[in-house]
Amino acid sequence: MWKYILKRLIQMIPAILITSFIIYFSMNLTSGDPAMLVAGEKATPAQVEQVRQELGLNDPIVIRYLKYMGGMIRGDLGTSYVTKQDVFKTFMSRLPATLELSFASVLIAVLVSIPLGIYTAVNQNSWKDTAGMIFALFGVSMPNFWLGLMLIVLFSLNLGWFPSSGRAGFQSLVLPAVTVGLGLAALITRTTRSSMLDVIRQDYMRTARAKGASERRVIYKHGLNNALIPIITVIGLQLSNVLTGSVLAETVFSWPGIGRLIFDHISKRDTPMVTGAIIMCSILMCLVNLVVDIVYAFFDPRIKAQYVQK
Amino acid sequence: METTIEKTKSRSLASETWRRLKKNKGAIIGLIFLVVLVIAALASGFIYDYDTQIIGQNISQRLQRPSSEFWFGTDQVGRDIFARILYGARYSLSISAGSVLIGLITGIILGAVAGFYGGLADDIIMRIADVLYAIPNIMIAVVIVSLLGSSTINLLLALSVSAATSFARITRASVMTIRGQEYIESANAIGMPNWKIILKHVIPNCLSPIIVQVTLLIGTTIIAASSLSFLGIGVPAPAPEWGAMLSEGRDFMRSASYICIIPGLVIMATVLALNLLGDGLRDALDPKMKT
Repeated sequence: MWKYILKRLIQMIPAILITSFIIYFSMNLTSGDPAMLVAGEKATPAQVEQVRQELGLNDPIVIRYLKYMGGMIRGDLGTSYVTKQDVFKTFMSRLPATLELSFASVLIAVLVSIPLGIYTAVNQNSWKDTAGMIFALFGVSMPNFWLGLMLIVLFSLNLGWFPSSGRAGFQSLVLPAVTVGLGLAALITRTTRSSMLDVIRQDYMRTARAKGASERRVIYKHGLNNALIPIITVIGLQLSNVLTGSVLAETVFSWPGIGRLIFDHISKRDTPMVTGAIIMCSILMCLVNLVVDIVYAFFDPRIKAQYVQK
Repeated sequence: METTIEKTKSRSLASETWRRLKKNKGAIIGLIFLVVLVIAALASGFIYDYDTQIIGQNISQRLQRPSSEFWFGTDQVGRDIFARILYGARYSLSISAGSVLIGLITGIILGAVAGFYGGLADDIIMRIADVLYAIPNIMIAVVIVSLLGSSTINLLLALSVSAATSFARITRASVMTIRGQEYIESANAIGMPNWKIILKHVIPNCLSPIIVQVTLLIGTTIIAASSLSFLGIGVPAPAPEWGAMLSEGRDFMRSASYICIIPGLVIMATVLALNLLGDGLRDALDPKMKT
């Protein structure tokens, strides 16, 4: 198992290199002259040239990329053009807010969708199934930011139960987490249902019933365990959307996370901040994917056996 | 007896699919909704005058609630929301259909090349697709639009990138299963050039998953386009794009929440219709998949 994790960590290196290469070049080739931005509007051409020297912008882009990667290994992603702060530190200061929101949303999504998916599958073709599927269909068809706004209208403007923006304690987490979580729940419900439907007709389910196991045990122990792999895959794939794609929810609720950080600095053409943050996000995603693969092994002994043999 | 057999044989994939699709109530409701929406969007250009009725301000009629005169009410500068929604369908539908089309063409070509030739071409194309796949599509679009500047054309390009990765994956997977089939081998044997084999034999045989994906992706792209407009980097104001309308309503959420609610409901209804149609098409094209 450790050998496998090590192998996967080594495999991450080329993926990160490709990502950083694409992001670095596209950001640096298209975002205009950073020296003008740093020096300010009133700077003389000589001052702009001086800034360009200081930032090393006169070097060819390939050299700049190599220097950048050298810095990255030491945990140095450069300094923001706008705030003049260290990119890595800024990223890390925003990370807890994003992780908190992601964790809460995934928790809500799982708590809603897996029971609902099982319930609809067990009651296939009944009105309960239809109702559950309609919920899921509405969930995937709804723009996330709109759901957020509707929750604000209802729960914070009319009922006054939760704050409509900011990050201050548990109460402020509820609405953003429900916004992100429900969209996710819709998708996982659909996967859980179809995965359970595949499993439910298998022979081992009949065997489990025949030997006298309770219906609950048959469904949760024998059924769900075997249906979990596609469900975990979908959750894993969606995590990238939750982690960095929650820029919309973060905008609606003024949540100080990474999505918002990237969005704010893109509009200010702050190349080091955006490049660094996106590269960090992709490293984070690679790690999340690794965790998802390890979780597979945890739930499926067949997959675990493969690792042990290696 | 003989005639029935002939009839069954002569039924094409399209008519067979249509026959199955007709039985699916949800898909038909979705289809009807979309047809009506497209007709309304086309007609809105003749019914309304863009400069006076769509973007022209009329302060004396501002913030009127939905009524028999203004079905969806009026917004903060007195524009009829119903008219703007109908006109806005042109933006939302053409942007999403357009970007899916661009993504479809590039994705199919790249996916077919990757799947058909394998090797280095496959490695390069698919690794780039993997990277793009790992970054959320909204983030890719945000980066592209902010770098190129916000205009309708740039929005289209930005949204087509994630569509292209998705089509490249599907096409590649289908091509790889088809590649080894005998009819490809025989086409090769009679000396058909590779591009012709891909175009005439490979692509038509992996159309089913692609058609389904087109329908579903148009829906996701409508949401993505409106999200970008909501963030202020989509279709520039004062064009009546649905996401932009919703965003403008944010400041009036307490006093006139319908400005926000209605565009959202319309987006949801449209995407719902596309999802119903897409699910129906998937079942109709591949009955084995039906659950």
